[in-house]
Amino acid sequence: MSTHLLLIQGLNGLQLGILLFLIAAGLTLVFGVMDFINLAHGVQYMIGAYLAAWIAAGTGSFWFALLLALPLALALGLLLEFLVFRHLYDRDHLQQVLATFGVILVVNQGVKLLFGAAPLQVPMPELLSGGIPIMEGLLYPTYRIAIIVGGLATAGLLWWLVERTKVGMLVRAGATNAPMVAALGVDINRLFMIVFGFGAMLAGFAGVLAAPILSVEPGMGDNLLILAFVVIVIGGIGSIRGAFIAALLVGLVETLGRSLMPDLMRLFLSPSEARQVGAALASMLVYIAMAAILAFRPAGLFPVRAG
Amino acid sequence: MLPAVRAEAPAILLLAALAAAPFLGFGEGYMLTLLARAMILAMAAVSLSLLVGGAGLVSMGHAAMMGFGAYAVVILDDMGVTDAAIVLPTAIAAAGAFALATGAIAIRTSGVHFIMITLAFGQMAFFTASSLAGYGGDDGYTLYSRSDVLGLRLLDDRLAFHFICVGALALTWLLGRLLLASRFGRVLRAAKGNPLRAQALGFDPFPYRLTAYVIAGAMGGAAGFLFANATEFVAPAYISWQRSGELLFMVILGGVAGLHGALIGALGFVLLEEWLSHQWEHWRILFGVLLILAVLFLPNGLSGIPAQLARVARR
Amino acid sequence: MSAPLLALHGVQKRFGGLAVTDDVSLDIAPAEIHAVIGPNGAGKTTLINEISGVLKVDAGRILFGGQDITALSMPRRARLGLARSFQITSVVNAFSALENTALAVQARSGSSFRFLRPAATERALNEAAMSALEQVGLAARAETPAGAMSHGEKRQLELAIALATEPRLLLLDEPLAGAGPEETERLIGILRGLKSRYTIVLVEHDMQAVFALADRISVLVYGRVIATGTPDAIRANPEVRAAYLGEDEGAEAMPC
Repeated sequence: MSTHLLLIQGLNGLQLGILLFLIAAGLTLVFGVMDFINLAHGVQYMIGAYLAAWIAAGTGSFWFALLLALPLALALGLLLEFLVFRHLYDRDHLQQVLATFGVILVVNQGVKLLFGAAPLQVPMPELLSGGIPIMEGLLYPTYRIAIIVGGLATAGLLWWLVERTKVGMLVRAGATNAPMVAALGVDINRLFMIVFGFGAMLAGFAGVLAAPILSVEPGMGDNLLILAFVVIVIGGIGSIRGAFIAALLVGLVETLGRSLMPDLMRLFLSPSEARQVGAALASMLVYIAMAAILAFRPAGLFPVRAG
Repeated sequence: MLPAVRAEAPAILLLAALAAAPFLGFGEGYMLTLLARAMILAMAAVSLSLLVGGAGLVSMGHAAMMGFGAYAVVILDDMGVTDAAIVLPTAIAAAGAFALATGAIAIRTSGVHFIMITLAFGQMAFFTASSLAGYGGDDGYTLYSRSDVLGLRLLDDRLAFHFICVGALALTWLLGRLLLASRFGRVLRAAKGNPLRAQALGFDPFPYRLTAYVIAGAMGGAAGFLFANATEFVAPAYISWQRSGELLFMVILGGVAGLHGALIGALGFVLLEEWLSHQWEHWRILFGVLLILAVLFLPNGLSGIPAQLARVARR
Repeated sequence: MSAPLLALHGVQKRFGGLAVTDDVSLDIAPAEIHAVIGPNGAGKTTLINEISGVLKVDAGRILFGGQDITALSMPRRARLGLARSFQITSVVNAFSALENTALAVQARSGSSFRFLRPAATERALNEAAMSALEQVGLAARAETPAGAMSHGEKRQLELAIALATEPRLLLLDEPLAGAGPEETERLIGILRGLKSRYTIVLVEHDMQAVFALADRISVLVYGRVIATGTPDAIRANPEVRAAYLGEDEGAEAMPC
């Protein structure tokens, strides 16, 4: 394994981690503040990607798509909140899981109905196509760099919002002890709506960013959702900082594992076996990491919840 | 004794209806195949309900138990062993052993973390199965033939297989009922309802929960054995988290107040899915909407409907 | 005094910088009712939690029947015969009163790893459970789900559960908390019926009840025991009077 490849895979891992963080941030806040398990959060990511594909196809401009998809993703998120999720906040987790699974089915199939089952392509914006030399003789796609930079900037903005603003303070307090915040006279329903809408928009943003480099297809959010759940559980439910660190960790483990594991296995096994076993082990790595972390730190790396 | 019988009536009626189904116009091959699939999934759902409703252990990796049972059939088939007298105990033992090993770690956590750690173990089983190149990897493995029972090709006969499934489901349900009503089950239920109280009485919940986890896993293994024989095919998809999720949904849809909820939930889930899929290409939209409506308007699941109606009538 | 059934030696517990149990040593004699009183925040419930094993102590030793139980878990201590009630009622709401109590009987009679026989039909369990319910006057409510009971009835059930384990030592954490005047009267009657048959450590705010029931009283202030003695001795103890009469709430509650 050359340093070049390692560097590229490291950057790819970072980029996956950033996307995961954008999805996980909303998930962990919704879970932490509202104690609401939203399986349909991955759907928001898919909605973002489809909106981008649809608008880009209509206007021919990725930038238009980015600009319009965000408020639309927010609006759709709030619509779902109003129609379904709002009625589930005081139900137990099992019922939330069942109903939000129903939402996944409806939206996944609805997307198929509207756009067909075939994957859609979103052209890369002219400005960001091509590559940037990061080492001698090594180009890395500009767009992926842009995702990393844009994601880090969003993470910074999120940190500022949560740590430095009044709403952010309420959100943190809500994640630690929601009933207390409600008892202090804060309009908890409005707080919930803000947190929910914001989380939906972030996931939609991740979808828009991912659209030009991944195929936009029904169900694209499902597997990322599971990874995002892994992220928030490793990070500690309700913790933005934990989600950030865990997302990067999962992104790197997932990406580096996939490229390194088969090579590692070749030390012990025949090439074809090594490829198969290596791939399986690589897919397992994040889950092994999560199981190990939970076995020793049952509340995740950065526990938030009081008592 | 009477109220006890009344509480069991829904399950007994349902099982009786399943046993009678071939004689009530559901005897065609297609219908029997569908019913067998529904009953086997119901077995897995009942064993999961034992965990969810009885012990408060919400497992998101129960499909892996079925997977162990199903892969035991495949691996033994590959070795030329096809007698159910060997295959079934192996399937049960394999699933039970997996449950013991993973449960010992998972049961240290609780709540959402338990859901996630069982998901993690399920995914590990899933990816292991995909890497089994000798058994088809991702593509799965087609059984040469169904298991035989002491040399008899009993499972090949559609009607016989139907009754074997009815019997297995009835046995699973009965065992689960007895378990929950026993001393063991009482401790399990107390530890779910009020763990502090159970501990203050001297019951450490861990060994009870772990035992329940292993028993449910073994039951899942038996269901996996039947599933492999019913489809004559085994693939990693049987172990996917989506399948674990489906089993959980069957349990919740039916209601966790009693094991019969899982029976009703599983049969309702499979049959509704099948029926809707013949109505409209995009039937999943309707299915999803029905799930959402079921949660919003039936807080106690399908099995809670009679009590809910009674409440409305009294008003 | 005969050999103590329960002995605490220099027990310490800190939450952050705050010492909630500060070098507490106590001897509880067999068959005595030993009350622990003290102002709010004195660490009474903490002490009960340390004895029953909910909380681990930072230092010191706890001996029960001569055996060092400091390192044992709550279930292990319970199996040795330490039963407790909780300040906030802790019963299994989904169970009937009978099943709650039968569960307690089950804890001391044979293995609970029995899988097939319905526990609800085990006569030995049910009879012992009924007798415990009778002791607290709940026999008529045996089939009522605990979740549907009044607060006072739940306090009685809590007592029945503790009794049904046939404990060597009963830890009662404010058994009268939240009970109305009539319920209090009834509960005191029940407790009086237990006197000299059980060894009881009683934490209670109701001073009438404490002085009526206790053989000895220990006064806990800021995690330290400032006095132990008979009710009369405690009444006359100047340190106790200072600690209590300095407080508004204690001044009315203390029957001097």
